[in-house]
Amino acid sequence: MTSVWQKRLQTLRYVVGENPLSLAAFLLFAAFVLLALVGPSIAPFDALASNVGAPLSPPSLAHWFGTDSLGRDILSRVIIATRLDLGIAVAAVGISCILGGLAGAFAGYFGGWTDRIVGRLSDTIMAFPLFVLAMGIVAALGNTVANIVIATAVINLPFYIRVARAESSVLRNAGFVEAARLAGNSEVRLLFHHIIPNILPPMTVQISLNMGWAILNAAGLSFIGLGVRPPAAEWGIMVAEGAQYIVSGEWWIALFPGAVLMLAVFCFNLLGDSLRDLVDPRRRT
Amino acid sequence: MISTILKRLLGAIPNLIGVVVVTFLLTRALPGDPAAFFAGASGTAEAVEEIRKKLGLDKSLPEQFIVYVRDLARGDWGMSHATGQSVLTELTTRLPASLELTLAALFLAVIVAIPLGILAATRPGSWIDHLCRGIATAGVSLPTFFTGLLLAYVFYFLLGWAPAPLGRLDPYLSAPAQVTGFYLIDSLIARDFAVFVGALKQLILPTVTLALFVLAPLARMTRASMLGVLSADFIRTARASGLAPRTVLFTYAFRNALLPVMTTLGMVFSFLLGSNVLVEKVFAWPGIGSFAIEALVASDYAPVQGFVLSMALLYVLLNLSIDIAYGFVDPRMKIEN
Repeated sequence: MTSVWQKRLQTLRYVVGENPLSLAAFLLFAAFVLLALVGPSIAPFDALASNVGAPLSPPSLAHWFGTDSLGRDILSRVIIATRLDLGIAVAAVGISCILGGLAGAFAGYFGGWTDRIVGRLSDTIMAFPLFVLAMGIVAALGNTVANIVIATAVINLPFYIRVARAESSVLRNAGFVEAARLAGNSEVRLLFHHIIPNILPPMTVQISLNMGWAILNAAGLSFIGLGVRPPAAEWGIMVAEGAQYIVSGEWWIALFPGAVLMLAVFCFNLLGDSLRDLVDPRRRT
Repeated sequence: MISTILKRLLGAIPNLIGVVVVTFLLTRALPGDPAAFFAGASGTAEAVEEIRKKLGLDKSLPEQFIVYVRDLARGDWGMSHATGQSVLTELTTRLPASLELTLAALFLAVIVAIPLGILAATRPGSWIDHLCRGIATAGVSLPTFFTGLLLAYVFYFLLGWAPAPLGRLDPYLSAPAQVTGFYLIDSLIARDFAVFVGALKQLILPTVTLALFVLAPLARMTRASMLGVLSADFIRTARASGLAPRTVLFTYAFRNALLPVMTTLGMVFSFLLGSNVLVEKVFAWPGIGSFAIEALVASDYAPVQGFVLSMALLYVLLNLSIDIAYGFVDPRMKIEN
């Protein structure tokens, strides 16, 4: 047991040594998770209260990130927003990983008409520019946060279907599955006990590669006025609120939420890359 | 060759059907009752029923679908309540603006990303390789709406190099006579160089914003596929035969490496058309994306549906042309068919 862990630690040390950015990304990731968990209790001001400072005042010691047009503290709003932004992305990616993973595993394992239906579904989603499809879904279902989650989940589905399908169609003929089948296990049992546990590692990599993109999409949707409504604090909508002030020189309103959003996405992308290097070095590009 | 193209055309039909079915389902899922909406607040139950019949909402779903497809084919894509124009007219007048921006960004991304990818692949582990990797990871992490604002702040507000991020042309210049709808081309046709320069100036920032975002997947793919090809046996043979490095790199390696890059172009277009919407909003670009956003804000759904449908149709067409071009670039496709 110890040797396994030692070996893992060694690989981890190697990956981190090879790419020191991975370590930075991991620390940043931990910081974001912490912010999402305890954000409301460490924010210096009430994120929704107006006039905690003079409106449109630049960054100062009292307000590190400055204040917006209603005199709200931008630092507090950025901190509070972490939970909502990450929450939307985690929920969306979770839904699409579970549904897409199951659909893909069924399609790859059983083949035939299951495969055709799932394949057609995924092709149809991919026939749209994905962000545009998400806009259409939110417009049709109604302008709420829950529907942003649904839309983001739908446009992520094909990626999970593809990974799960490819993996399970290979595994279905693997020796250990064959052995389990000969031992008299039912097909469904084979699928859930032998195939699905084995497609989890590539799925995990897909999740971490996908997370940053999911955050970007959700923030993009709220930037154009879908989903999250003011005065709620969310990075995309905060950038939208600051957009009109950029041309008159009040840069801090849009810059800080935008930069934090960028940092979060960057962190997830780096993390995804290093996780992929760890699990499947051949796919490294 | 013609049979290959025909085969590709047939292959795109299921996608087209899928797109129309999905947009139809999205129309049906609209929040609220369209009949009640048209009847207005004072509409009686009978009036709502009357309108429902008129709109065909009392029919079964398959019947409604047939009507929907028939209307689409006739060019009846509904009306925009906000502008009072037919959605199809609005979309077609605004489409050139979006296309000009998208194509300019694609062009810029390709001419930067491909040399960058090749350089990175020929010098693995060098600073340019790390630069390529860094740009690729940073590029996909950039929220386009945020980079757009940042560029506008730096180049318009701070440096004053770029014009105000408002639309396709300075208000004091008049648009060139419409031929293609692309201001850059139309102004050249009209030999109006002031307009050409003005349009170019307005175009630069949004183009760079969009290009930055799609540069990443292109550079990454070029690097990866060049690396793969360069380690292949036929490259070693070519080198051993004493061919000039330039010939090996461009004639032998690059042509082969181009194929996977072309396949990623489909994904790149998906990104481009999506982030186009965001960039149009930031730069007040009068394209179909900002039209859709205005409609969304006004809860005017017919234009949004029309927008989603037209973007999807455009995307299917783009993928189709990539497929066809693929057949021209890769001679093996001819033999297989």
